[in-house]
Amino acid sequence: MSTPIKSHPSPLLRVRSVSKRFGQQVALREASFELWPGEVVAIVGESGSGKSTLLNTLAARARPDSGQIEFLGGDGEMRDVHAMSQAQQRLLARTEWGFVHQHAADGLRMDVSAGANVGERLMSLGQRHYGQLRTTAEEWLRRVEIDPIRIDDAPRTFSGGMRQRLQIARNLVTQPRLVFMDEPTSGLDVSVQARLLDLLRQLTQQMDMAVVIVTHDLAVARLLAHRMVVMQRGRVVETGLTDQLLDDPQHPYTQLLVSSVLQP
Amino acid sequence: MNDPILHMQGVAKRFTLHHQNGAELRVLDRVNLDLHAGECLVLDGPSGMGKSTLLKLVYANYRTSEGHIAVRESNGDTLDITHADPRDLVRMRRDTVGYVSQFLRVIPRVGALDVVAEPLLEPMHRDADALEAAREAARQWLTRLRIPERLWSLPPATFSGGEQQRINIARSLIKPRPLLLLDEPTASLDKVNTQTVIELINEAVARGAALMGIFHDPEVGAAVATRRIDVAQFRSAA
Repeated sequence: MSTPIKSHPSPLLRVRSVSKRFGQQVALREASFELWPGEVVAIVGESGSGKSTLLNTLAARARPDSGQIEFLGGDGEMRDVHAMSQAQQRLLARTEWGFVHQHAADGLRMDVSAGANVGERLMSLGQRHYGQLRTTAEEWLRRVEIDPIRIDDAPRTFSGGMRQRLQIARNLVTQPRLVFMDEPTSGLDVSVQARLLDLLRQLTQQMDMAVVIVTHDLAVARLLAHRMVVMQRGRVVETGLTDQLLDDPQHPYTQLLVSSVLQP
Repeated sequence: MNDPILHMQGVAKRFTLHHQNGAELRVLDRVNLDLHAGECLVLDGPSGMGKSTLLKLVYANYRTSEGHIAVRESNGDTLDITHADPRDLVRMRRDTVGYVSQFLRVIPRVGALDVVAEPLLEPMHRDADALEAAREAARQWLTRLRIPERLWSLPPATFSGGEQQRINIARSLIKPRPLLLLDEPTASLDKVNTQTVIELINEAVARGAALMGIFHDPEVGAAVATRRIDVAQFRSAA
């Protein structure tokens, strides 16, 4: 009998024993996990648990003190993200990766047009044809449910929900294989949140992207994530399928987290 | 005899409640059970005996405390779900094991037709043709389960309990998986629709699926069972 061929023999991202401290404060202790192509993983935990620090080290926005983060390149090789040159990291960040910030103002250029925000990554990759850039931008505005009539308006004139959707379009326009999201729905009204979540759910399925999403909202994790990583005081205390962790939490901290919310 | 589709050996389930002084709830103990293709095993016993827990262990929604649970996957391989990694469990749920719960977990803004069609759409094969084929199958399921056509494009969040349950049944059964777990699938259905669900279950058994289910209504249990067990026998002595 032949062994089944796995479509992806290696993970997209491999995180091994990553630690980081800020002065005396230990932010991350030996965090490890793997992310596979097309997989959505939620990192949950309370404020100060290290989840954003972990996300920033994964996305090469912060350097870990020790440990290793490897990313699967298009050529099938695993590469240490923090051993790359800054130029290589920047190229990854605007092609194969995306980063959706909690505050849209951190991820958008607030004073240039929505169209230019969406086109920027494409231009940095050498696309210069104005008509094409504009068509692509219109298409993406439509995909994130922004009326293309707003293409020349600056995001400063947009509502919070629209800004967040624009930020998503700006990131996804290069069809990244991996997108990092830092609390993308917090700070939005509940109805606006639901729309954004549904959009994210559809786009991740359609595009087969892998996503690492940091959230403190277990309902967000339930809706979007295949798997969860639970963090407490800089440590990964439990990992598993999202519904396993929510319905049958094992670690005391996960039990506390799950029992503290109303019906995730 | 053929290999079973489901093999449970020495399975135990305990819940440790860390925030209630570490109290330990022992729900199931020494579960030994085989389930073959073409069988519908009905789980009997009063509530609180662990019937739902047993189904959730097989779906890997709950984690097994002791023992092994092996599922023969649609590709012929055997997966020990007590040691499988999450990706294997995701694949197992997609291809091999279906779970019909009592309640539909509503996805905001997705219409009933697409909620039902979704399991037929493989990742990476979501083109227009695949979508239309899946929707056509979904239309047949919705028709058979008497969901009025005017509701098909609407998200089920506002539907009645019985309508939501039928959407859930259609979504869970539309893909012919080899192993089906049923947790009171007829709990809020009227007589006519209950009869339809009985027929659907019997058709699944006839095509060679293995089923394990909990049915509060004794008539439904009697109409679908090929075998019954009392879950009380899996209670721990302690």
